[in-house]
Amino acid sequence: MKAELRALAATAALLSVSMALAQQDNPPASKYHKDALVYAELTRAPQKARAKRNPLERDPDAVAAGRNLFEQHCTECHGDLAEGGRKGPSLLVEQVQNSEPGTIFWILTNGVVWRGMPVWSKLPEPQRWQLVSYIKSLGVAQPVPSRGSSPKPSSGSATAPPSGHR
Amino acid sequence: MSAAVVRSALTLFLVPLLFVSLPGSSLAQENPYIIAYDHYLEEPGNLEIEYLSTFGTQRAGGDFHAFWMEFEYGATAWWTTEFYLDGQSTFGDSTVFTGFRLENRFRVLKREHFINPVLYVEYENITGADKLLKEVEGHDVETDYADRNAALRQEHKHELELKLLLSGTHKGWNFTENTLAAKNLSSSPWEFGYAIGASRPLALKASAKRCSFCRQNFIAGVEMYGGLGDRHSFGLHETSHYLAPVVAWNLPSDWTLRLSAGFGLNDNSHRLLVRWGVSREITGFGSVVKNLFGGHR
Repeated sequence: MKAELRALAATAALLSVSMALAQQDNPPASKYHKDALVYAELTRAPQKARAKRNPLERDPDAVAAGRNLFEQHCTECHGDLAEGGRKGPSLLVEQVQNSEPGTIFWILTNGVVWRGMPVWSKLPEPQRWQLVSYIKSLGVAQPVPSRGSSPKPSSGSATAPPSGHR
Repeated sequence: MSAAVVRSALTLFLVPLLFVSLPGSSLAQENPYIIAYDHYLEEPGNLEIEYLSTFGTQRAGGDFHAFWMEFEYGATAWWTTEFYLDGQSTFGDSTVFTGFRLENRFRVLKREHFINPVLYVEYENITGADKLLKEVEGHDVETDYADRNAALRQEHKHELELKLLLSGTHKGWNFTENTLAAKNLSSSPWEFGYAIGASRPLALKASAKRCSFCRQNFIAGVEMYGGLGDRHSFGLHETSHYLAPVVAWNLPSDWTLRLSAGFGLNDNSHRLLVRWGVSREITGFGSVVKNLFGGHR
């Protein structure tokens, strides 16, 4: 019985530590810093990866399919409109939107594991390219006029998701 | 109908119903393996709850239905921790709780490679009546499970289990190889085992529409696992081995169903192990818990 109690106590302790690690508070300043570190990861994509072209860029369904995938796998961290959340940075910024499709694909494949983003290579390559199509379709967000309001994707976005979806 | 069968049936059908009431979840992209592991970890802050059943045939004894409840939590993007509660019903015998397991997996490398190593550490506190066959190791053979539960429960196992998971995904195919070393902490030599697997989604492109029956929601594969003897007698003699086709169905409505039919490959193996599991992923579980204890929204 003692062994069971010890193991249960160890389990509870481990779960507490793991939750604390996963859910560290991010006050705005450190969140900004953390996001900057994640954006910096974009610059680490090898030249070969950057040069990859999106094989689905002419696929008319790629953006819609990518949007479905985004809703299923990405909104939890990056927000419903990709505007950024507590855990993940905004994808509507120049650092992301001006990146080559190959760079975004590389980030999806490799994740930013030490900064909290898991690898997404479990999604087959075509699905990752569909996600790239959707993310690139969002465009850079308009400047935020006042503190607290959500950034809006640019009006030129091909298929900005309607507000309130999901 | 025996009490064991009734309890088994209740477990089979009632436990999954509990999942219906769980809030906030998202589509999981679960692999179909039940014994083998690939290198993908739980997303940080997410909790996956799974109920899994194993029906096994038993020569010289009653067939059995073993089951576990699994709680898998993504602590970080490189660390997943899991907790299992095990039980089993042996037909014509009894239903027993057989123990618990605490498991941790650690991703070693920062980026994705051709082969991706993951370290696996598990502590088991189970009895000899545990019939999940979550891993097959050492000289585990079918006759080990033929005794009545009352006798099997006399054996207590405090076991440390280490695995090296090597896995890679290429052109939609996942290939994985797991090497296992386990030691009963109270006695016994180190025992060894293996699991290998291959799987692929039925379609690589996602559909533009949300759908339950789209081919990309199904992942099919095969896994093989077995024992490799122990430190004193390494090898294949007196070991059991299984080959199991597996399939997972990842539903957009939050659920994942997994099914496997394992066939024993030699006379030391159970002839048939049918496994099925249902799981649900709760996104942002860590945040919810934190908010409960006064964290900021």
